[in-house]
Amino acid sequence: MATTSNRLGVDIGGTFTDVVLESDGQSFSTKVLTTYAAPENAIIDGMHQVCAKAGIDPSQIDQIIHGTTLATNALIERRGAKTALITTEGFRDVIEMRTESRFEQYDLNLNLPDPLLPRQMRFTVGGRVDANGAVLIDIDRAEVEAVVDQIAKGGFESVAVGLIHSYLNPAHEELVREVLTEKLPDVAVSISSEVSPQMREYERFNTVVANAYIKPLMASYLGRLEDRLKAEGVACRIFLMHSGGGIISIQNAADFPVRLVESGPAGGAVFAAHIAARYGLDKVLSFDMGGTTAKICLIKNQTPKTSRVFEVARTYRFKKGSGMPISIPVIDMVEIGAGGGSLAHVDAMRQIRVGPESAGSEPGPACYGRDGTRPAVTDADLVLGKLDPENFAGGSIKLHPEASKSALSNHVGNTLDMDAVEAAFGLAEVVDENMANAARVHAVENGEDLSDYTMIAFGGAAPLHAGRLCEKLGVERLLVPEGAGVGSAIGFLRAPFSFEANRSVYMKLSDFDGDRIKSLLTDLKAEATGFVRTCDEVSPILSEFKVYMRYSGQGWEIPIELTEEQAMNPDVATFEARFIEDYSKLFGRPVEGMDIEITVWSVNATTPPEKVARMDETDGARAAVAIGARQLFDAASGQFLQSNIVNRFDMIEGQRAAGPAAVVEDETTIIVPASRDAIRQPDGCIDIVLKGSAQ
Amino acid sequence: MTQHSKVAYQVMWNRLISVVEEQAQALVRTAFSTSVREAGDLSAGVYDVDGQMLAQAVTGTPGHVNAMADAVAHFIRRIGRENIQDGDIYITNDPWEGTGHLHDITMVTPSFHKGEHVGFFACTAHIVDIGGRGFGADAHSIYEEGLYIPIMKFANKGKVDETLTRIIRGNVREPDQLIGDIYALATCNEIGHRRLIEMMAEFSLDDLNGIADFILENSRRATLERIAALPQQSAQGEMTMDGFDRPITLKVKVSVEGDRIVSDFTGSSGLDKKGINCPLVYAKAYACYALKVAIAPEIPNNAASLAPFEITAPENSIVNALHPAPVALRHIVGHFVPDAVFNAFDKIVPGLVPAEGAGCLCNFQVSLRPRTDAAAPATARRSEVLTFNSGGSGARPEHDGLNATAFPSGVMTMPIEATEHAGPVIIWRKELRPDSGGAGKTRGGLGQYMEVGAQEGHEFDIQAMFDRVDHPARGRRGGQAGAPTTIAQDDGSAMSGKGKQFVPHGRRVVMAFPGGAGYGDPSERSVDLVKRDLARGYISAETAARDYNLSASDIAEVQAAVAKGDMM
Repeated sequence: MATTSNRLGVDIGGTFTDVVLESDGQSFSTKVLTTYAAPENAIIDGMHQVCAKAGIDPSQIDQIIHGTTLATNALIERRGAKTALITTEGFRDVIEMRTESRFEQYDLNLNLPDPLLPRQMRFTVGGRVDANGAVLIDIDRAEVEAVVDQIAKGGFESVAVGLIHSYLNPAHEELVREVLTEKLPDVAVSISSEVSPQMREYERFNTVVANAYIKPLMASYLGRLEDRLKAEGVACRIFLMHSGGGIISIQNAADFPVRLVESGPAGGAVFAAHIAARYGLDKVLSFDMGGTTAKICLIKNQTPKTSRVFEVARTYRFKKGSGMPISIPVIDMVEIGAGGGSLAHVDAMRQIRVGPESAGSEPGPACYGRDGTRPAVTDADLVLGKLDPENFAGGSIKLHPEASKSALSNHVGNTLDMDAVEAAFGLAEVVDENMANAARVHAVENGEDLSDYTMIAFGGAAPLHAGRLCEKLGVERLLVPEGAGVGSAIGFLRAPFSFEANRSVYMKLSDFDGDRIKSLLTDLKAEATGFVRTCDEVSPILSEFKVYMRYSGQGWEIPIELTEEQAMNPDVATFEARFIEDYSKLFGRPVEGMDIEITVWSVNATTPPEKVARMDETDGARAAVAIGARQLFDAASGQFLQSNIVNRFDMIEGQRAAGPAAVVEDETTIIVPASRDAIRQPDGCIDIVLKGSAQ
Repeated sequence: MTQHSKVAYQVMWNRLISVVEEQAQALVRTAFSTSVREAGDLSAGVYDVDGQMLAQAVTGTPGHVNAMADAVAHFIRRIGRENIQDGDIYITNDPWEGTGHLHDITMVTPSFHKGEHVGFFACTAHIVDIGGRGFGADAHSIYEEGLYIPIMKFANKGKVDETLTRIIRGNVREPDQLIGDIYALATCNEIGHRRLIEMMAEFSLDDLNGIADFILENSRRATLERIAALPQQSAQGEMTMDGFDRPITLKVKVSVEGDRIVSDFTGSSGLDKKGINCPLVYAKAYACYALKVAIAPEIPNNAASLAPFEITAPENSIVNALHPAPVALRHIVGHFVPDAVFNAFDKIVPGLVPAEGAGCLCNFQVSLRPRTDAAAPATARRSEVLTFNSGGSGARPEHDGLNATAFPSGVMTMPIEATEHAGPVIIWRKELRPDSGGAGKTRGGLGQYMEVGAQEGHEFDIQAMFDRVDHPARGRRGGQAGAPTTIAQDDGSAMSGKGKQFVPHGRRVVMAFPGGAGYGDPSERSVDLVKRDLARGYISAETAARDYNLSASDIAEVQAAVAKGDMM
């Protein structure tokens, strides 16, 4: 990729489409309002803007990397194609029956989200595979043909096929596809053994249905985009960011559009990983906080943590279980309803609650002066001195502190016998604690201790809260990079080509079969590498091997990374030792005398990550020049402190601003708590370190 | 810093709730029984040194709530305060001092900080086998129901009692699984403890007294406000279920009395001969759940928020079974307690609570073994497989009942692909049961069909734990009853809703689980909803015409739309 000189990163978000052009080491970016009816319009518009800034013609662009929330939004808004499901007889309602439980137990009026496809769009066929992958009852081609005829009459545009135990034996699903392709060549087909070959029928069927549901929409969008770009003279190839943090070809994306879900946030994680590499940091927590949600991701060894399942389109206060599970390789993130617009109230226990309800942009927080009367996080930030009422969003929105104070008093303070400032303090502490708890739980689930992590913060509201979050989590160092507003699009340009191939095959260590393992992993490697090769014909391709293991009888596996050497010369003692080591780290103690089994095998093929030079860091010996001072509330000591105000772009390399301080810029304000100092690093990052630290 | 601000206490309360959620999550991740790891039949909580529960994870089991709240006090009394040491882990499955039957293992770990005892963590999980006759209603006394572990030390100052683990291993059908689960329970308390100590260090706490007072005081006050706002009166309710050999009636008088609500079960049936009797602590949990979900849903469970919900029942009535009554399937009676309480509470506050639903979970356990009627293949093996399943919930005043969704229990079902990996069982069918939701202005939730058999070469016993065969869910305010439970073999041989029954090689068991009842007059149901239900196949054309008066032309219109693939 080093030979490519003009690269364009494009992120279609809910509100803005971010476009970044990197041209011979320089970076040009813009934000354009997303054009929902024809999203490609915003891209073309943004592309022309950045090309003009860089002084190049669109035909000189060598590569475009694209990520989008369109797939996610289509699932949330139910705007997909007319889709049918063909499933095993006796299991028509798997995607509707879910886990047969209520995700909120204390709500008598709870309703469960409707499945993507109502019951009349779900068809069944006979035939049955068992838990060993053996065929119990063969599938009857004539019966499949009859079902396909019914689907033809229904005028469906897309069909999902999900059969029981197909992750072990895909033959029946493949036969159904064959019949569909023969009889209905224009209908899109997705089969679960390809889209998501993993055990647990609810997750797998839901994933294949989601894929089928958005496939025509995404294929048509990607086709239009290619045509429009061609018409604008762009001749280069277009690639897509996937949820796992790598890049795939446009064809691959059109076949497996469910892999594009959450590609924007994945770009953000890659962006943070790149900065981690620049600083040589092996343990990083990325923290992205916007108007309505905050996202937190662990980045180890400059690689974002990945997972095999996540939940999209949560319908009930972001509550676990209220969305739909999608099992694909994905960057593992926690998302909670905590942003600048999140609203606060006091509940029956006289506890302050914040979010997930958000003031949005209309009416917005009370301080916007647009008739919002309830206090939002931004109101608390204003009352605590973190925001300058005259210089919010570069002075374009004048803030009204009095409106914030009365909202805080009316909805929080009066009930709790607190004044507006204490109410603001309470609100800010609760939202910070919510985010800290989410980070802690996420860390524990991954067996990590956050105290030796560095935080990288981006998104509009993150720099206001990241300092306090670090205090709560015992994190000593915080980096706030430049260009954080278009972080995801920058991240796209840093991502490698990659594809992860998975297979569910059960093997107990007592039945360890080295030859079989070698051939299985070799096949997976070939499959994954093949996909990457379609994107990049020349670069070397690395393979990352991972197996999921557990004690035989447990239901949840833990991922065990293997070296290529360990994978290609499988040895039972090594597998066992690696499992015991990681299990003990996660859960404290191994279980004596139990057989261990491997359930899922995975190979991630990837082009080598871009080489990032370690930057020489400054220790910040010189004092930064303040442009003023104001009272800033320090949460750790619970009081206002006189604090310096420093302009971010006045700070020059190696300058240090002592906390408490506010480092201001047009888009946001970086709050430096009293316990810390801020140093301007050579790459423009603001590096917030514990006082006395020589970083 | 000894004096903590109001804001700091707010933060600490949040943190404790997060700590117990983490504790529960660790249990799910490390457990071996499908009932724990797939279905979430577990609970976890944190306590002060006096055994008062401060926070509890919201998991699948309201039945554990009060039982867990009371359990730690029993541990303190039995172990003796002077014997509580750092590194100890305690264990029991006592139905009366734990959570109601031998199949729930409760473990308690004391937390020490700076050498001082500061609190406890406790957790409970439903395990698949504890020996005896196996999980089912067939026992005539607790002695037949399996191994009884009195409150005792599982680990003393960090050292596990090997004698105990050998006795356990020698008495159960799946020893590896059970020992694995016991370790998982210990791990989960350990994870909670680590987080608590981190919090105490961060806030410079030497004990939990201040935060305990803050939590309990605010919870008590919030709960009392809700009770004070209700009409101060009492009402009588009742419901009848199949029981084992004869029907069981639950009678309850619910009285709102200023600072408490009392549920008095005087007049309910006496003990049953079989293991469906319910210890008081478990009945109390479900009575409390029914009232709490109706009037104070968002107040977290802790010692103070639970205290105002009181229960009384005559000794050795069906909801207050004393030792040595058999209690293995106490959940069946327990899960019907809310229907009885709602029946009374609807007379105090009309229009709030739902119609009757499926009530108890539709669980069954299969004990598979190599066939005995002919030569079995060498690969045939013994195995115990437990599944949790749900019928439909009752219609609500403003919403239909939920299809095949647990209520009042909150456990999950197991994926059938996971179940089939647990043993040589085959689930041939698991899908919604049309026409099973009681008709009404709002419709009862649908039940489900299940069909179960064994892999070639195996025969099995099925342990049925079903109710509502003879007593389907009753409608409210003109709503109709839900469909009853049915069970038979695929050749038509009759089977019973409860008890261990043999199924020969090659046969399957065909089951239909009950629907929830309807609410309000079906003639008031919106025609659009009737058409939607018909299009989805929730109701048949016959039901649409008979119960909802849908015209023949409307029915034809819906059927044509479905054939064309139109959404309704």
